[in-house]
Amino acid sequence: MARYEIFVTYKQGIFDPPGATAERALTSLGYDEVESVKIGKYIRVEVADGPDETARVREMCDKLLANPVIEEYRIVEASGPVIGG
Amino acid sequence: MKFGVVRFPGSNCEQDIVIACRYLGIDVDYIWHGDTDLAGFDAIALPGGFSYGDYIRCGAVARFSPVMGEVVRFAERGGPVLGVCNGFQILTEAHMLPGAMVRNRGLKFICETVPLRVERSICQWVDLPAGSVVRMPIAHAEGNYTADAETLKLLEANGQVVIRYCEPDGTRAAGGSAPNGATDDIAGVCNERGNVFGLMPHPERVVDPEASGTDGQPFFTAIVEHMAGV
Repeated sequence: MARYEIFVTYKQGIFDPPGATAERALTSLGYDEVESVKIGKYIRVEVADGPDETARVREMCDKLLANPVIEEYRIVEASGPVIGG
Repeated sequence: MKFGVVRFPGSNCEQDIVIACRYLGIDVDYIWHGDTDLAGFDAIALPGGFSYGDYIRCGAVARFSPVMGEVVRFAERGGPVLGVCNGFQILTEAHMLPGAMVRNRGLKFICETVPLRVERSICQWVDLPAGSVVRMPIAHAEGNYTADAETLKLLEANGQVVIRYCEPDGTRAAGGSAPNGATDDIAGVCNERGNVFGLMPHPERVVDPEASGTDGQPFFTAIVEHMAGV
C-alpha cells in the first residue's frame, strides 16, 4: 500500500476568492507582513502497490481530482520523494 | 421538437425547466442520469442544482454520469445542448464549453435578479438583438467565470460570449458589473459551433408573466425556431 498526498491549487493568474478573503482578513488583523495567501485542497489517496501506481495517481488528478483548466497539483508520496510538480 | 431535461442526483431545477417548456408549448420529458439512450430528443438541457453534492468541484462528478457520454456525442452531431447554472458548470467540467467557474468574489451565495446584456454571438439558443437587456435571477455560490487570457480572446473573436452581466441601462461598470466577479462580466458562453450554450442565470424562472416575467422565454423559443429552420 502506498499513500499519496495531493495538493491542488489554482494556476497562476486564476483569481482565488477564498485566498484573497483570507489575505484581507489577516491584514485587517494587523499582520501587515502578509503579502499573499492562497487556499487550495489537500487530498490523500491510498492505493494498492502496482507497477504504474504513480502514473495512475497522476491520471486520477487530471481526470477528476483537479480541473486542468484552472488548477495545478503537486503529488507527494507520503513516505518517499516528491513526485512531479 | 422535444426537449430532454437530465436529472442528476442533486439536481433541483429540472422541474422548473420542464414547467417552462410546457408553458411555452414545447414537448418535454425527463432523462435519468443513468440512461444512455437519447433517441427521440431534439434538444438536451442540463438543469441547475447541486449534482452529487457539488463534491470535488461543481459538476466534476456529474460529468462522468452514464448519460454524459451520450450528451457529448449528441452535441458532436450538432444537437443543441443547454446548461443552466449547475448545468453550465457540468458543461465546463466536461470540456464541452471553455473556461471554468470558481467561488464568487466575496464568497457568498448570491440569489438576486440581475440585468444581463445580450452580445453579438453565434449561439443558436439566442436570437435577441445584440445590446438587448434582459433580467433573470441568479442563484449560485460558484459562478465566477474564469478562463486564461488566450481563451478569453478567442471567445471574443469567435462570438462565443453570449450574455454579460451589466448595469440596468446595458452599460458595464468600470470595475465590472458581475455580482459574482466573473471575468469580463461573462454570464454565458457557447461552443465554437454555437449549439452548446451554458449560462449561470435561470431563464426557466422567468417564463410565466403571472409569476416573475417573460425575459427567459426567448432562451427556449429561439432554439425551437432554429431547429425548425434547419
